[in-house]
Amino acid sequence: MNNLVNIKIDGHNYQVEAGKNLVDAAKENGIYIPTLCHFHNQEHALGTCRICTVVVNGKTTTSCTTKVNEGIEVEINTPELIDTRKAIIEMLFAEGNHFCPSCEKSGNCDLQNLAYDMNITVTRFPHVYSKKVVDFNSDRMIMESNRCILCKRCVEDIKTDEGKDVFSFVKRGINTRVQIDYEEEAKLSQSEAMHAMDLCPVGAILVKGMIYNEPFGDRKYDLVGKDKEAKPKERFVKKDANNKFIVATTSLAGCFGCHMSLLDIDTDIVDVLEIVEFNKSPLTDIKKFSKRCDVGLIEGGCANSENVEVLKEFRKKCDILIAFGECAIMGGIPAMRNFVPLKECLEEAYINGLTSEIGANVIPNHEDIPKLLNKVYPCNEIVKIDYYIPGCPPDANHIWKVVKNILLNEDYSITHEEFKYD
Amino acid sequence: MSFFKCYKSVNLVANHFFFTMDTKESTLQKSSLMNILWDIQKKRRYISHDDMTKISKVFNISRMELEGVISFYHFYHRKHAGKYTIYLNNSIVSKHKDFDRVKKSFETEIGVKTGHVTKDELFGLFETSCIGLSDQETSALINFKAFTNLTPEKVKILILKLRQGESLESLSDFPENNIQYTPEENKTVFFKPYKQGDALKKIIGIEPDGVIDLVKASKLSGRGGAFFPTGLKWEFCRDNKADQKYIICNADEGEPGTFKDRVLMNILPGLLIEGMAIAGYAVGATEGTIYLRAEYFYLKDKLEKTIKEFLKKGLLGENILGIEGFNFNLNIYMGAGAYVCGEETALIASMEGKRGEPTTKEYFPVEKGYLGKPTVVNNVETLCAVPRILEMGVDKYLAIGTKATPGTKLMSVSGDCNKPGIYEIEWGMKLKDFLDLIEAKDPHFILYNGFSGECLSSHDFDREISGENLLAEHIQFQINDPIEYARKMSAVGLRSGGAFMVFDKTRDLLPILQNITDFFVAESCGICVPCRTGNFLLNRKLHKIKLCNADKNDLDEIKEWSNIIKQSSRCGLGKTSTNCLLTAMLKFPEEFNKCLLAESDINKAFNLEKAVDDYDKIIHEIETTYE
Repeated sequence: MNNLVNIKIDGHNYQVEAGKNLVDAAKENGIYIPTLCHFHNQEHALGTCRICTVVVNGKTTTSCTTKVNEGIEVEINTPELIDTRKAIIEMLFAEGNHFCPSCEKSGNCDLQNLAYDMNITVTRFPHVYSKKVVDFNSDRMIMESNRCILCKRCVEDIKTDEGKDVFSFVKRGINTRVQIDYEEEAKLSQSEAMHAMDLCPVGAILVKGMIYNEPFGDRKYDLVGKDKEAKPKERFVKKDANNKFIVATTSLAGCFGCHMSLLDIDTDIVDVLEIVEFNKSPLTDIKKFSKRCDVGLIEGGCANSENVEVLKEFRKKCDILIAFGECAIMGGIPAMRNFVPLKECLEEAYINGLTSEIGANVIPNHEDIPKLLNKVYPCNEIVKIDYYIPGCPPDANHIWKVVKNILLNEDYSITHEEFKYD
Repeated sequence: MSFFKCYKSVNLVANHFFFTMDTKESTLQKSSLMNILWDIQKKRRYISHDDMTKISKVFNISRMELEGVISFYHFYHRKHAGKYTIYLNNSIVSKHKDFDRVKKSFETEIGVKTGHVTKDELFGLFETSCIGLSDQETSALINFKAFTNLTPEKVKILILKLRQGESLESLSDFPENNIQYTPEENKTVFFKPYKQGDALKKIIGIEPDGVIDLVKASKLSGRGGAFFPTGLKWEFCRDNKADQKYIICNADEGEPGTFKDRVLMNILPGLLIEGMAIAGYAVGATEGTIYLRAEYFYLKDKLEKTIKEFLKKGLLGENILGIEGFNFNLNIYMGAGAYVCGEETALIASMEGKRGEPTTKEYFPVEKGYLGKPTVVNNVETLCAVPRILEMGVDKYLAIGTKATPGTKLMSVSGDCNKPGIYEIEWGMKLKDFLDLIEAKDPHFILYNGFSGECLSSHDFDREISGENLLAEHIQFQINDPIEYARKMSAVGLRSGGAFMVFDKTRDLLPILQNITDFFVAESCGICVPCRTGNFLLNRKLHKIKLCNADKNDLDEIKEWSNIIKQSSRCGLGKTSTNCLLTAMLKFPEEFNKCLLAESDINKAFNLEKAVDDYDKIIHEIETTYE
């Protein structure tokens, strides 16, 4: 460490080793710059994920491709840059099909963890829902392109002994994906294959039979997250609190699991009922709004015409709408049908399925039965949603904390443990 | 083996491949990969599974790596692309001419939809991005021969004649040069009489450093649009010691609306070659390559012929002009349809037989470029300017144009004007004078510098075309008010990369902007998410505005998203992809506000009837099928 240079990060001076990569130089000084494509022992920075975007001497660039030299001035945590980083993560969520609740890598996923860290409850971008390849053909591996963020780690790092590529980018632009070369993949040793799976920051590369190693609670980021707290949100203007707050809830295209979770607060429900009165809700079995509500809690996305009507009704009758649970936020498990033509779905369910009556050939339809939409829509693509509580289902305490704090106009902080997507 | 010889042997290998289909165990250099792919594509009309097996063996790469290269380039096909492969240009100027009718005519005549090949494998019809013929739209390439000013009637006759077996050569239109204007004789730099070798002889007696000094003194800067000082680039390359250095001419003129390099190479191929030889002399490189975009295949013969003439005359080869140690050889490398390869590091990757993905600029090409050696990459126009500067002398050159940008500039003009074509103008001309010169009809907006450039309005008409008083880009994009913009920018020069597309009041801005986002979606290399998906999302937003389903929040989001793409994209393609959109929003707010809805808690773009339309149809269908 004889060759030190002076650099400035967010207004503070530091001395770091010349020529060092900015991500590492900052880390040594206790400053964290989030990354996805960057990994250890890497010869050349990939610069593909763009999450470590910072401003160096007035120009935006990525930290992983910046080598520190004397006098550089770096901005890392300005509100604008924090938002840009958040936006990039959100765009990855909108572009891919990330169903955390059904993902093998959930809890061990770098992308998911970064999203927790940045307090992302929803993506600002509309979901692309493009059909992607899931490749089971290799004897040992699965390539799940729905989850791939094209960081290029595997392409660059995993080679056979002869130096040939095992993973390659094919096609270009929005169709780019990673493809396994089966022949070359077979030449990898088991530990090399496991290395490929571990290297993947998301759940795109999976080694068959080696997937669920750690139980829930012991996964990589379950442990890391234990002592993390989310930042308080801005204040919301509440109404005067002489009367009880009116809350309505509904379950659209969901499994009612989020409503089950609502009840999981056990005896605390007594406290809740002191300040809250339920109106239209499956909990009260009130079918129609009898008064205007302060808060509407929406479970599930929109899969049929009735869901849309109900959601619009909630928007009209409630001051604040909260989408809770993955399905309401991004379509969730029902949205997995978005990649299969509707006709195929219906035929599979009602005509060709194992449980359908042979020869019946009936798809239920009647003017009283709601019509299925061409795809499952997240709630915010139909009406404006004010708050989001992610999780599958969200933790009961988490839900009530959010609702209570919104109503009582308090800052709320959700512990990392409560803040989950899966 | 010299590069030139290597290239020859590659062709031999390709033939060997093709005719004997023999497996060859020796490993070939990857830099010859694309040439082989081209040979196979041209002869077989697609690259087959067996071809791939053999190629991957010979080059000792995995099949998927090869698949990655093939699928990156638009013009390589994995399925038969037809004996006659038709590429119809779908960029905006073409659309404004006769694109829709011509496309329909092609589809009717050959009997398949765009993107398909006829059953007899005679015709394949595809769309492609701008092919550098914007002044003679609607245009298409058939087996890389040009067909310009197409009309439905012309298409009908053309297809009929091809079916009758007439040769493609006899039917194709060699593109017009359409040089509409040059300044008075003593101020013309490019389009004036030329004699092979005149400029090259000027370096006799000048040391390489002296040549660099001359270029530096001329203030010549990169004419592809980045305007990096040429002399400085050469000096950097010269100062990097290496056993081999390369000069690459970037003739991948992919920016929509640009076609000046096509005309330069067509009229003055020798000038380009001299420019490259001089560059080689100056930096100490003995090998040069012209990276020619596949859309300009029809220029290849001429360039090769000229190279041969130069070799014969001793203007290329060993000890050129008798100067001891001045060796320079030249070859041509064909691109295969990727806009991003105009970016110099992507271009080099492409030449190395890889996917044309830009690098992170850990090293600049002048440090580690082609095959890891110091490399100068210059635009055609830049390299052509050098010999002219030597010929006329720096002082005379500096007397033309403006202080920061001396000399002349080639402009490719297309769109709504009476005289589309090439203009050689002196830097410093007022934009409004230029509009008069091209006889623009009622100009309303201008796409300046192509799709990655900016949108100009009548606020800009008093500005001059030059590189004077430039403002830093981030300041330019901070201005939010059109009036403030006009005031601040009035003295700022309009530095031009060469594309000039002008549109009159009858043209709708939104479809033009959508055409731009379509282009970037198609041409993004796919390596970083802001560019890959950001432009796709912007396109959807524009669609929403067009359908009158948007409100003010959508406009705010477009601005926000555009800036995120600009800030965080990995290379210049993404960083500039939203420039036109952002400047258009600033200058033509009325075009965006035309049918905005009142802000609402309910998304008007969601249409329940449309969303259940599929279901209704399926129920109807199924009821009838299973009855």
